[in-house]
Order: sequence, then C-alpha cells, then structure tokens
Amino acid sequence: MTTLDIPTGPGYGPESTSPSVLSFEDLHVRFGTEFGTVHAVKGISLDVAPGEVVALVGESGSGKSVTSMTALGLLPKNARVSGTVRVGDLEVGGLDARGLRRMRGNDVAMVFQEPMTALNPVLTIGVQLTEALELHGIAYGKQADARAVELLRMVGIPEPERRLKQYPHELSGGQRQRVVIALAISCDPKVIVADEPTTALDVTVQADILDLLRSLKDKLNTGILLITHNMGVVADMADRVAVMLKGDIVETGTADQVLNHPQHEYTKRLLASVPHLGAGPGQFGSSTEIDHVADVVAEAPALDLRNLVIEYQRLGKTPFRAVDDVSFHVGQGEIVGLVGESGSGKSTIGRCALGLIPAASGSVSIFGNDFGAMTKRQLKDLRKRIGVVFQDPAASLNPRMPVGDCIAEPLVVHEVGDSASRQQRVYELLDAVELPRGAFNRYPHELSGGQRQRVSIARALTLDPELLVADEPTSALDVSVQASVLAMFTALQERYKFACLFVSHDLAVIDLLAHRVVVLQNGEVVEQGLRSEVLHNPREEYTRRLLAAAPVPEPGEQRRRREARHALLAELGEHYAELQTPGDLPGTASTGTGRR
Amino acid sequence: MSKQDKRATGDGESFEVIPTMYGADIEGGKPTGIEVESPIDDDKSYSQGQLVRRRFFRHKGAMAALVVLVLITIVAFTSIGIGPIPGWWDKDFRLAGDAINGGRPSWEHPFGQDTVGKDYFALVMRGTQQSIIIALGVGLISTFLGTLIGALAGYYRGWIEAVLMRMTDLFIVIPLLVLAAVLGRIASGWGIWGLALMLGLVTRTGLARLVRGEVLSLREREFVTAARAVGTGSARIITKHILPNAIGVIIVSATLAIAAAILLETSLSFLGFGVQPPDTSLGLLISQYQTAFTTRPWLFWWPGLLILAIALSVNFLGDGLRDAFDPRQNRNKD
Repeated sequence: MTTLDIPTGPGYGPESTSPSVLSFEDLHVRFGTEFGTVHAVKGISLDVAPGEVVALVGESGSGKSVTSMTALGLLPKNARVSGTVRVGDLEVGGLDARGLRRMRGNDVAMVFQEPMTALNPVLTIGVQLTEALELHGIAYGKQADARAVELLRMVGIPEPERRLKQYPHELSGGQRQRVVIALAISCDPKVIVADEPTTALDVTVQADILDLLRSLKDKLNTGILLITHNMGVVADMADRVAVMLKGDIVETGTADQVLNHPQHEYTKRLLASVPHLGAGPGQFGSSTEIDHVADVVAEAPALDLRNLVIEYQRLGKTPFRAVDDVSFHVGQGEIVGLVGESGSGKSTIGRCALGLIPAASGSVSIFGNDFGAMTKRQLKDLRKRIGVVFQDPAASLNPRMPVGDCIAEPLVVHEVGDSASRQQRVYELLDAVELPRGAFNRYPHELSGGQRQRVSIARALTLDPELLVADEPTSALDVSVQASVLAMFTALQERYKFACLFVSHDLAVIDLLAHRVVVLQNGEVVEQGLRSEVLHNPREEYTRRLLAAAPVPEPGEQRRRREARHALLAELGEHYAELQTPGDLPGTASTGTGRR
Repeated sequence: MSKQDKRATGDGESFEVIPTMYGADIEGGKPTGIEVESPIDDDKSYSQGQLVRRRFFRHKGAMAALVVLVLITIVAFTSIGIGPIPGWWDKDFRLAGDAINGGRPSWEHPFGQDTVGKDYFALVMRGTQQSIIIALGVGLISTFLGTLIGALAGYYRGWIEAVLMRMTDLFIVIPLLVLAAVLGRIASGWGIWGLALMLGLVTRTGLARLVRGEVLSLREREFVTAARAVGTGSARIITKHILPNAIGVIIVSATLAIAAAILLETSLSFLGFGVQPPDTSLGLLISQYQTAFTTRPWLFWWPGLLILAIALSVNFLGDGLRDAFDPRQNRNKD
C-alpha cells in the first residue's frame, strides 16, 4: 500500500477505535557508561492511534527523545532496551538489521529538530527525496522524480520542479523543515515521530509547520508522536499528552485534561512556569510596577544607538548589511526588550553595544561616551560598567575554569581588590543568584543548565554594572529553570537598578519583564514603544503576525488564537500552510493518478 | 520572594557529575542530565584533570607503556651514569677490550661485545640515553614553539598568521629527512642537545598547525567573547581561556611528535648525519653493525629492540592520553 489515497472525513479523528500504530509496553532503556548504569526510561507504556497526535512532554533529560528513538531502533550501542515496542504489527525488538531498515521509512518515519543537519548538505533535495523512494522500492527514475515533485507540492513548497535541483542551504529554515516532512511522508508511514520539529524555527515559521503537521494527521490519517518541551506547541497540536519526568510518565490524558486540569504536582509546576503571553508583568514574582517607570531624561541614557548601521564584510562581494539605520535608547534603570526572528540583527546589535563589533556608520554611545571615539584605555574602563549574559551558559563559561574563578575573572582583569576581597565578592554574588557557596570550586560541567546560567549572571554582575546586555539568556533553559532564572533576574534588577538590553525571540518572556520593546525585522526597527502598547496593541503588520504566531499553553485559547491567525493571514491575502493533496489541486490531479 | 525561593532550591542544591551517554562531557557541551542510577559517590566531584587522569590510569596499554618507559629510563641512566657521575655498570662504552668467545653474550657481557671488544650493554645504554634526551629535548622545544606559533597565528589572524604559517608551510614542503640532515650536520658539533634543538625546530610544524586549528575554533567560542566583553587582554585570553582548552590536542600531538623525533634521530644517525662517533646512539649502532647481522646478530637485535620498545611505548602513551582527553574518539570500546 504505497498510494496516498487520502481518507478524509469523520471516523478518522482521534476518536477512531482502530488499533494503535505505535505502542510502547513497559519500556525500559538503560545506558552503560563509565559511571555506572543510567536508567533513562523506567517502564513506560504509551499508545498512538492512527490520526492521533500524542505529545510526549518533559524537560531535558526526562528520556523523551530516548523513548522516541526506540521506535526506530536508533539507539547507540551502549543502550539496553527491554519491554515491547510495536510499530503497526511489527515488534521492533525482534527485527534484524534488514527488517529494521525496511521498517524505517515504510512504517515509521522521523522528523528531526534541526533540518539543516537532518539533510545532507552535499546532495540535492531531489536526490534525497528519490533515495528513500528507490530504497523502499516505491518508485524509480522518472517516476520517483515525479513523486518527489508531488511530495514537495504537498508540503507547500513553491516551484517544486526547480527545488529538486537545489541544495539544502539554498532553502530557508522553514522550507528545509518542509522538505524533512516531505521525506518523512514519502513512503506513507503509519506513524511519524517528530522530535522537537519546531524548536529550531522562528515562531511564524513554527506556526506554519504546525499547521502542516496538523493537516498531515487529518488528511493522511498518520499517527504522530510529538516530542516537545514547548507547552504552547502541545496546546496547539496534541490530542493526548503524556508528561515525562526522569524516565517515568507521571501523567497522561487529553490535552484539555492535562493542560487545564493537571493532577500531578510536576505537571502543575511545569505549567506554572510557562510565561504566558498577554499576562504581562507580575508572573514569577516580577514587579508589576514596570509600566510606571519614571522616564529620566535628565541623565545620559545608558545606551544610545543613533542611525546604527552594521555590515559584515564578505570577500569579493558587497558587504552584508545586518543592521540598517537602527535608532533607540535604553534609559538608566530600564529594561528594553529587543525582539525579532532569527536573522533580524538583534544579537548583532547586542554585540555592537558591547563594542565587540564595530559600527559601519551611526553612533553607539554608552553613558554619553561614543564607542567610536575612544582609546583602548577608556574602552577598558567603560567595559567595567557593562555586563553581559549570553544565550548558552555551557558555551559562555570556560570549561577549564572553576566557577569561583569565573565569577572573579572581571575583578582580576580590572585589578579590583585582593584575593580575599575577591573571594568575599564571589560569595556575595553566589548568594545573590541563589547558588550554594560550595559551588565555588566546582567546574561548569558539574552544574545543571540553570545553575550555569546563574553563574553567568553572577559573572555579569561582578563589577556592579550599570548596563547589562542579555542575549537570549533563557532560551537554552528548560521552562521551570527559565522561570526561576527570570524571577531571580527581575529581583536582581530591582535591587541593583541596572539598565538592561534584553534580546529575545520569546515574546512571552519580554512581556513579563521589559519596560519598553523594540521590534526588529531584517535589520530594521519595525515598531518600538512601551511594552503595553507594542505587545498588546500592535500597530504594525509584522508585530501582529509575530504575536499571532506565538502559541499559548491552553488548548481552547490556542484554538481561538489559531483561528484568529488564519483570519489575519486571510486578511493579508495569504493562505495558512496545509498539506496540498491532489484533490485540493485540481490542475495537478492528473500527475497524482499516474503513479503506482 | 517565598515562591521564588522554593523554586530556586528545587533547582539549586544538587551537585553531581552529570554523565552523558558517552561518559562525563569534558568539552563543556550540554549534558543530557539523565541521572545515574548508582552514582559512585554523591559528594565526590571530579575536576577535568581528575577525569582525564582517571581515564588515563585505566588505559591498560598506556599503563604498560609507562612502566616499560620508566624501567628503560632508570636502567639507561643508572647503569653507565650521567656525565661525570658513575653508574653501577663497571664497563665504559668507549673502552675496547678483548673479545671473549667471539663477543657472544655472556655473564660478563650480557649484550655481548662489538667487533673491537667494547661492552655492548654499555654502548646500547649510552644510545638509549641519547634517544631519551632527544625525546625530552624535542618534546619541550617543539611543544613550546608549536604552541606559541599556533596560538599566535590562530588568535591574531591577519598578517601575523600569514607570516607564521607560511614559514611553517615552508618547513613542511622540504622533506623532513633532508632538512634534519642539513641542520643535524650543523648541530652535531653542539652535542646531543644541539641535535635535540634542531629536531625540535623541524618537528614543531605539525603541532603548530594543529594548535592553530584548535585555537581558530576556540576563539569563536562564546566564553572567549564573554572574556573579551569584560575587557580581558589578549595575552590573558590566550593563556587563561584558550590554551587550557587546547591542552588535550597539545599533549597528544606532542607525544606523537616525540615518537617521530626518536625515529628521526635514529634514521639520521643511521645515515651518518646525526650523532657522530666516538659518541653513539641506537641508530648509529645499527648502521655500524648492519653488515654483522648474519655473523653477530645480537649487535643488531639489542639496539633494534630498544628503539622499537621506546617508540612503541611513547606511541601507546599518546594513544592513552588521546583517549583520556577525548573519550568520544575512543574506538577501542564501544
């Protein structure tokens, strides 16, 4: 059965009683490491019915990805699996290498997190699509090409004939993920495992991909096991939800049951820590006063960007203009949220404000001092007043330096105090970021992600900076960790009154802590103003799109938001993404009927 | 605040090594954070150095190699002594004597005697000493130079890199043996240390390229950017932030360079460009007695076996170090 005869209509929804296409029964996975056995999955049972989306939710390390890998038999060699995993009526554990190969793609397919790495960069899209078809004996040669074109058309990629000859890097992130989805459905599998399919994508692209996946289950009746940590995605997609904690499923139920009436303590805590777009300040103990900040005009602003242009030089080509004529300022003691999708230039602006990238034109002044017109000595003195927190704490802490040295590093560099007073300062900071003093001699790899980000924040605050540049400080963290870090961050800001440029793609995070918001698109400022105006009454089309695409963790509200988004897209004269089946495309239906 | 505190303690208190599926991650990548079922010791913490040491001491090949190398070194230096200090072996490698029983190995001369009746054990020990000195000298010089050149070129880029790396390339394109022969001739007047210096100069190239590559990738890492944003100077960034993270590459390739240098000295002396008589080295011994192989095979076997033992041990040590520094490259287990 290789055709795509699309069973649509009633009876194929989640209420369908047909046997499950994917089931785990008392699944255990253990890994042998040099530190002993790691029990990653501890006896879970789960079923996915045809046409049903089951979301497996949990924070990093909960074993959700490991569980999904068992469905394809793709675990590393040091893994020991017990229990039964069934795909359709095949038992994965009983298959040999040949059987596994036949099963992958035919019966179960995978959509990976990062489409850039999931696609082979040296092969064209066409080769990669036809490879799967030919390996599984579905179509060969010209037929396979025709089928590949049809698949690309189904997932909504324009000009599919031309795309076949292109390489992955020529497509945008969203298009690449559509290709990965086309690959996944190419052999008409019964079930698709989607491991964080939208985590690497921007919100507007994420919304499109989710729309596409949703139409997949409706039109192809495919079962989807969706692995995600994003509660908004769960609310948008899932029929049923299973919450995983440390290798155990602690709660299962329909999306409405789990998200709106959670029973388990962990689920409640998890949901409580998801920042809610639209709820504004006051979440996680942040100050509700942020709308009434006194606009101090008398003093020089902490950061003032005027007509800033930043260009990246390219060999033999015109320079790439990453930031184009951007002007805004950050007042003293104020948090300004810089929002935009990837490639909008927000991180570039952050780095320029730190003096790490020179401005091509325009001016960057910090406390009234222009970066461009400074000597090395003055620059170093100015850096004492600026702190920085980067996105990934694992990357921004030197792995060979104990935490204490790391936090004391700015003091050493600027020759402040002696070793005793430095140690005292580090202890103070460890207290301030709620880490035990015992962390002083630990190495970064011994800490969890949240603890590491606390260390980076402590390091940023070592010299009592008046300006803090935070580049996506919570994006690499789990939600519950993000909540505690954000709570600590706002508390510290109230205490130390530093100005802050807070770069983020997450509108909900910006909504809860920023005083003012600057929205960027393609290196230009689209809209800026007070948080309540920009995020709650956006004027510009781009801001509205951005806001409409951000999912919220409540199924009912998310459905309304989704419909509102589709209405917005219709108003702007666009279609939302969905699977284009031959029936939907009368002009191309003839190409669809000719295949086997 | 109370709500906040509760969350913080939930996240903030437990400290343990976070092992990944591949063992603890020393490159500072993201751990999977899956809990170990039976942690060895809850309050025990491992620093990077301890982790590396632990893995190194568990590497059987490297440990055996270390024992062999230490034994050879002790015997070589205590037996015939160093310079003016006499050793426990009573015969001098320079003094000829009567060949007993055709110079065959005996109790008096365990390794036999050479054609003019010199004690072959003393000669081989002298040669071994030379090889070890070469190893030490080359190890120090080529590591220092290679690291310095690689770090400067990789960190500063631009014309500094161009000059340093083109000079390195120049050394690479000239066949190593030819270059070493010419330099070795010049240096042979300065004794074994001069030779070690020259060999260090020519073997530093590989290390310089490797270190430069490592530095190129490390300088783009975020913790370097973070250090720069704080106002840290270049010298401190290189010594404190970049080189400690490149130490794995440096140690491993230094060990392998040492093994190569020992063989290079042997080949040079065999060709007559290295150590000059009356002093001797393992390569020179083999070269001198290659014709005696059929009649007096021990004159060939003893120095040959020692070269093999030393070079193999050093290579095994390098292997063990590489596995210890980068467990993911380990192809033995798995």
